[in-house]
Amino acid sequence: MVAELGHFALILALAVALVQGTLPLLGAARGDDRLMALGRTAALTQAFLVIVAFGALTQAYVTSDFSVANVVANSHSAKPLIYKISGVWGNHEGSMLLWALILALFGAAVAIFGAGLPDTLRSRVLAIQALIGVGFLAFLLFTSNPFERVSPAPLDGNGLNPLLQDPGLAFHPPLLYLGYVGFSVTYAFAIAALLEGRVDAAWARWVRPWTLAAWCFLTLGIALGSWWAYYILGWGGFWFWDPVENASLMPWLAGTALLHSAIVVEKRDALKSWTVLLAILAFSLSLLGTFLVRSGVLTSVHAFAQDPARGMFILAFLLFVTGGGLALYAWRAPRLQGGGLFQPVSREGALILNNLLLCTLAATVLLGTLYPLFLDLLTGNKVSVGPPFFNATFVPITAPLFAALCVGPYLGWKRAELWPALMHLRIAFIAAVIAAIVAATAIDGRATLAALAFGFGVWLIAGSLLEFAGRLRVGRAPLAETLRRLRATPRSALGMTIAHAALGVVVLGAVATAAWNTELIKTMRPGDTAAFAGFDVKLDRVENLQGPNYIAERATLTLSVGGRPYTVLMPERRLFTVQRRQVAETAIHTNFLRDIYATLGESEAQNGWVIRLYYNPLAPWIWLGAALCALGGFVSLSDRRLRIGAPQRGKGRTRTVAQPAE
Amino acid sequence: MSRRLLFFLPLATLALMAGFFAWSLLAGRDPASIGSVLVGRPAPRLDVKALRDGEPPLTDGLLKTGKPAIVNFFASWCTPCLAEHPLFARLTERDGAVIIGIAWKNKPEEARAWLKRLGDPYKFAGADLEGRAGLDWGLSGVPETYLIDGQGIVRRHFRGPITERDVNETILPFLKGAK
Repeated sequence: MVAELGHFALILALAVALVQGTLPLLGAARGDDRLMALGRTAALTQAFLVIVAFGALTQAYVTSDFSVANVVANSHSAKPLIYKISGVWGNHEGSMLLWALILALFGAAVAIFGAGLPDTLRSRVLAIQALIGVGFLAFLLFTSNPFERVSPAPLDGNGLNPLLQDPGLAFHPPLLYLGYVGFSVTYAFAIAALLEGRVDAAWARWVRPWTLAAWCFLTLGIALGSWWAYYILGWGGFWFWDPVENASLMPWLAGTALLHSAIVVEKRDALKSWTVLLAILAFSLSLLGTFLVRSGVLTSVHAFAQDPARGMFILAFLLFVTGGGLALYAWRAPRLQGGGLFQPVSREGALILNNLLLCTLAATVLLGTLYPLFLDLLTGNKVSVGPPFFNATFVPITAPLFAALCVGPYLGWKRAELWPALMHLRIAFIAAVIAAIVAATAIDGRATLAALAFGFGVWLIAGSLLEFAGRLRVGRAPLAETLRRLRATPRSALGMTIAHAALGVVVLGAVATAAWNTELIKTMRPGDTAAFAGFDVKLDRVENLQGPNYIAERATLTLSVGGRPYTVLMPERRLFTVQRRQVAETAIHTNFLRDIYATLGESEAQNGWVIRLYYNPLAPWIWLGAALCALGGFVSLSDRRLRIGAPQRGKGRTRTVAQPAE
Repeated sequence: MSRRLLFFLPLATLALMAGFFAWSLLAGRDPASIGSVLVGRPAPRLDVKALRDGEPPLTDGLLKTGKPAIVNFFASWCTPCLAEHPLFARLTERDGAVIIGIAWKNKPEEARAWLKRLGDPYKFAGADLEGRAGLDWGLSGVPETYLIDGQGIVRRHFRGPITERDVNETILPFLKGAK
């Protein structure tokens, strides 16, 4: 009964979405207030109906209702409650329902918080949002109905994909979807602006909080995914340039560019058509990622439900959304007239450089991800594009990006002097050079590039903090004055400082882990000992374990320093027989400055087991930095100026004093 | 005019990419397969000592009998081999398949003990202690399984353990169809 209720709610939601996607659009074109007002009511109703549907499926999972086919295929009565709940989106149908839910919730949020928007703009945004919803709801109802019943109902279910029974992966998809789907609002704003033929400072202010929210969630989602890959794949790495990872990185890069270019639109009334294009691309790349992950056109280390038939549907939908958006762009964007003129050396110039570099990065990732597909189809050659390509292309592009990042906030709008800005940063520069020299001499003389990158990490942190300290006049004014300035500082400026410095923290963690890790690969028998990174490692034993749906071997490694026991690591290797998948359960000991990371490898004939140990300096900083980055975004989001609906459309005030580039 | 064309560039890029995606989906390619150079060619040389005492060595003659054969490389120290083992037992007993098992880099006495403990599904069993046969057959590890037709041509190459689904969807139809 509850499942039918959910199914029925989903059908109603589709009907409501169809109304919401058409009538307010018509109302906006005709200036009919009643039709436009329908948009808000419909958005709230649609959100309510999808919540009911999602609640119904969750109920079926929590109570283990095995008359629902989806529950049978993906759940089991003996599963912990958290995995029963995460099982709702741990499968294709459920995850699509989660997409639809988040989409509808964002629509409702626009309806609630968008009271200050002009009626026509709000109606159009809600209608576009609903049209995207129509696609997802139709996809659910016609190809992936999560409420299908089975008769007779089996006694128990098949259980969730074992890889997904993990706390990291339970919350990874919802965060990622909040990011992906959040960009649907920016997309809707872009399309609405093209329909209205008007992009101005007020529009940029309205779009910004949505972009920022989506970007924060996406940042957290990517970080959680990377952390999961770090401890589950057992290769000691944290980013593998795998198609699935790249799929989430591309919208992040485009979204980051969008965040920055929207500032130029807001403050200087320039870069309009470019910003609109980025808003379309950020969401399109999110859809492209979904398509790549689910259609099976690319192979990946991350298993996911792949089905070419569904691939066709998502491709058609991608073409409709992106193709429609870009066609409208090609038609209407040339009419958007740019405003303010500026010199190359200026805040605008710095933000354009930021955009060029970020978009080049996104294009590089896209090319590297799709190249194997193109080559295979054209020539039949199988290649994989891996870290060497991305390292070779990312280093020369990120270096100027990082170098300019600290300088940009010192440049004024319209025209600025480069030299005074650089003089402000001399302390950061000296700190960076010292860090690079120390890294090159004291840590590892051969890794010159890593030392340089380490210097960049310090430059980002020092430069960002220095700019903030300068803003507060730390040391140059009485403490009371500094505190007064701290209170008066806009949250967006504080958020910018946190996010920029956090990027430095990520760079330090990534460089140290990748370049200066110590690795020991040794075939050991029980009783064998080895010396590793100052520890004495002893393999005590390897046991066979029989899990519920896997067979496993578990090693017990004792680490001691100078005879005193330090810690015990127990890595496992599990073979899930049905899925034909091996999963390494790594054992990690962390103290937030370094990780000791152990995995159990293949057993090698009679010689024992391959034990791999990694000493990863600063590894936890990668995820700590990413979390700080998102925190910076949230702080900026809480800025009064960005409160949704607060700004009124008027003549954009342009201030020439240094403004936060957020 | 050229400025207007610039605004069509994103759309054109999308059209190009979508074309490739549709092509890929319609062609039904499997991006995960790394392929095997052996498929469609005569099986490599087979020349290994027998695993069980008192049996003649395994030779090429076993692969050109006019009847299909399954060649399986395994080892007693390999956990995935344990997982696929019951499927081979069933293929022999229920479906009457001819399975040639080769213990790869495995001491013969350990491989024999393993088969004694779990049951021996192999009509012919060989011992490839140094892994020479593994080189000839392009092995990347164990377990790997080859389907050979009656003329001695390799028709399928599984890397990793076979599954229930492989048996039902590939191996059984192959045994019925191949001559």
